[in-house]
Amino acid sequence: MSALYLLIIASLLVALGFLGAFIWSVRKGHYDDDYTPSVRILLDDSEKP
Amino acid sequence: MTMSILTAPEAISDTRQACYHCGEECRDDVLHADNHDFCCDGCLTVYSVLKESDLCQYYAIEGAQGISPDPAFYKGKYDHLDQPEVHDKMIEFTDGHLTTVYWYLPKMHCSSCIWLLEHLYRLNPAVRSSVVNFPEKKVRITFDAPALRLSELAALLTRIGYEPYLSMDDLSGKKAGKWNRTRLYKIGIAGFAFGNIMMLSFPEYFHLGQNTSDQNLRTLFGILNLALSLPVLFYCAADFYKSAWSALKGRYLNIDAPIALALSCVFLISIYQLATQTGPGYLDSFAGAVFFMLVGRYFQDKTYAGVSFDRDYKSYFPIAISVLNDGIEARKPITDLQKGDRMLVRNEELIPADAVLQSAVAMVDYSFVSGESQPIERRKGDTIYAGGKQKGAAIELEVLREVSQSYLTQLWNNEAFTREKDDANKSLAARINRYFSLIVLGIAAVTFAFWFFVNKNPETAFLAFTTTLLVACPCALLLSSTFTNGNLLSVFSRNRFYPKNAHSIERLARTDAVVFDKTGTITLPDDAEIDFTGEPSTRDELVMIKTLVGQSSHPLSRLIAKHLADVPASRRVLTGFSETSGKGMAAQWGARRVKVGSADWVGAISNAESTGQSSRVYVAIDEVVRGYFTIRSKYRPELPETLSALRQAGIRTYLLSGDRPTDRDLLAPLFGENALLLFNQKPEQKLDFVRGLQREGRHVLMVGDGLNDAGALRQSDVGLAVSDDINNFSPSCDAIVEGNQLSLLPGYIALARSGQRIIRQSFAISLIYNILGLSFAVTGHLSPVIAAILMPVSSITIVAFTTLASNAAARRYLKKLTNVIKRT
Repeated sequence: MSALYLLIIASLLVALGFLGAFIWSVRKGHYDDDYTPSVRILLDDSEKP
Repeated sequence: MTMSILTAPEAISDTRQACYHCGEECRDDVLHADNHDFCCDGCLTVYSVLKESDLCQYYAIEGAQGISPDPAFYKGKYDHLDQPEVHDKMIEFTDGHLTTVYWYLPKMHCSSCIWLLEHLYRLNPAVRSSVVNFPEKKVRITFDAPALRLSELAALLTRIGYEPYLSMDDLSGKKAGKWNRTRLYKIGIAGFAFGNIMMLSFPEYFHLGQNTSDQNLRTLFGILNLALSLPVLFYCAADFYKSAWSALKGRYLNIDAPIALALSCVFLISIYQLATQTGPGYLDSFAGAVFFMLVGRYFQDKTYAGVSFDRDYKSYFPIAISVLNDGIEARKPITDLQKGDRMLVRNEELIPADAVLQSAVAMVDYSFVSGESQPIERRKGDTIYAGGKQKGAAIELEVLREVSQSYLTQLWNNEAFTREKDDANKSLAARINRYFSLIVLGIAAVTFAFWFFVNKNPETAFLAFTTTLLVACPCALLLSSTFTNGNLLSVFSRNRFYPKNAHSIERLARTDAVVFDKTGTITLPDDAEIDFTGEPSTRDELVMIKTLVGQSSHPLSRLIAKHLADVPASRRVLTGFSETSGKGMAAQWGARRVKVGSADWVGAISNAESTGQSSRVYVAIDEVVRGYFTIRSKYRPELPETLSALRQAGIRTYLLSGDRPTDRDLLAPLFGENALLLFNQKPEQKLDFVRGLQREGRHVLMVGDGLNDAGALRQSDVGLAVSDDINNFSPSCDAIVEGNQLSLLPGYIALARSGQRIIRQSFAISLIYNILGLSFAVTGHLSPVIAAILMPVSSITIVAFTTLASNAAARRYLKKLTNVIKRT
């Protein structure tokens, strides 16, 4: 049964990692604008350098 | 005789050209370049700027529709931005070299705008990068500060049509809060805690054994759950407690009070169970409830983040004005304006402070303040009050009072403007919830007392008490109004109607009287009925008239030029052109002398210069009066239907106008029998009228155009500002509607009413859930697992129901009306 303790701690750490990733992405402004990037990717860069 | 009869028929066919840049129909004049047509110099300039930088790909983007740059722009308009104290407040970051600004560009409107604005570096190499945030209509520009001054950047944006909105709010250093991110953190943490607590509670759902290792696990799970729920209580749910506490201090129960109480109870009981090892607690339900409610509120706020209402009257004023120092012109922030300063106000600029006129003559348009559409002539030495707009040549003024003391400020400081419509506790959801929370508390208390004192069974007493509170958790109730109103707000804004918040919708639903303002509300701002009376003119003469009126920026000239759209303007240079403000203009056309203007100006005999609303513009060629144009403002074509639909819905309609009593005969039948049509109303009288209706117990919706009826808008239960530019609204209103959508007003009201019905229905649904759950809970038969599952299930049902029902109502009320109007 002692394996269970390790597994629980591991699963919590993984979940914390994802929470950290989410907070990091919010802090970096990934959620500030949820519309423009979806349009930007469809706009071509001009051919001329 | 009307003009169309005079026009040669063949001239009509090929003149309907759309501008290559802005897509508008070329009404006045057509300019040609590279086989494309342009409606004005501004559009042509933008085109050439784009072409020079090889950005014509812009036009290939689907839906591309350029913006005509502001004709009122002049060199030096943004010079004040280079002053150190202004400069520092306008920028977001600088290291002395690379500088970043985050500016609001209200004219941004489509995906090609994003493309163009993100290619700014091609227009000016000093721009390092520009990144658009489209929902906020903002752009973050990073540029080399030494190579490009801030004023040059603003001018560059204005030149391609995106005039930055730089208000005094920015000057006072107010920064937009990061509320958006804080909410996301809270949702993220609550979601994380909810998921993990559920996972750790799973063994408990399936009944753990009673042996030693199981007991150890149980303790560990309990501790972990408690640790996970602490950030939920102290961080994620903090807003509910703050809001409930501030409401309690104001001696009323708001919607957050029962939530805070239920959360506290659930949390305390969980701690009790964990501490006494009598059970696993209900921390999963606790975290889940917080998570769902936070998501609901985020959804609601997101829907009306598009319109920011937190501007004050200062937003209307320009932030800087030209000031003359010993004849040298300099830009000065308005807040620094002092008594005795000599300011220079150009055509179409707002006069920011009370001042004495130093130039010979000024034409001041007070439509902003009084609603009167005709400019007023002022002579040297006259006092001009703030809020007027100069029309015509630039004027010099000496400041009498500083900005904060002027008339407009006083108007805004009037009681009606500052009084908040404090009815948060009167909203439907809050009212039902208040009783609901009292009832739930009562039932829970009685249940507890019954099991504890009568049956002497403390264990079941606590179980029944918690499951009662849990099952009756008001979050389904909270969600029903939050989601319905949130969804309605987005439906409304898709239909170009922007309510301030959920309370505005609830007040809109109660409306039983609608008061209309006239000018700019039920009349079309840029369109008028124009008739020509007099001798027929030849085509050449029409060209002469069109060319002459094209020289002037007077509203009447512009209307005539628009009316003569079928007549091409000549490129021929007019000689001896002169324009006298308020009178008319004259010019030589070869050997012929053309005069357009008032009766006095052309030498016509007139005993009725302007009859009522209509104005007359006379035309004389070679000193012979040929006739006159009669110009009368036009009403919105959908007006009769809108009014009759309102009356059919049992809503009374009234008209208040600041203008002279014209068209009474025309309007009276539209407003129904015994309708009240009041003219020559001052802003205070409008306010009093609305107040009078309210004293009769009516819920008044005031439809106005902004500042001149701001008092009435604020006094009314719902102040609706009609605006053809939604960025140009009055802070005193509760909702904004785009001018051409005003005909949907009955539909909006019907939708708001059905919204209230939907909220009541979903209350009923969640009440059924609650009654079923409660009846099991009070008997002590309900296991906490079922209670915990029932809670999110009821929430999800409610969300699904309100979303579907309000969308169906929107289709029913808004689409139907659109079709009716389209058909006619």
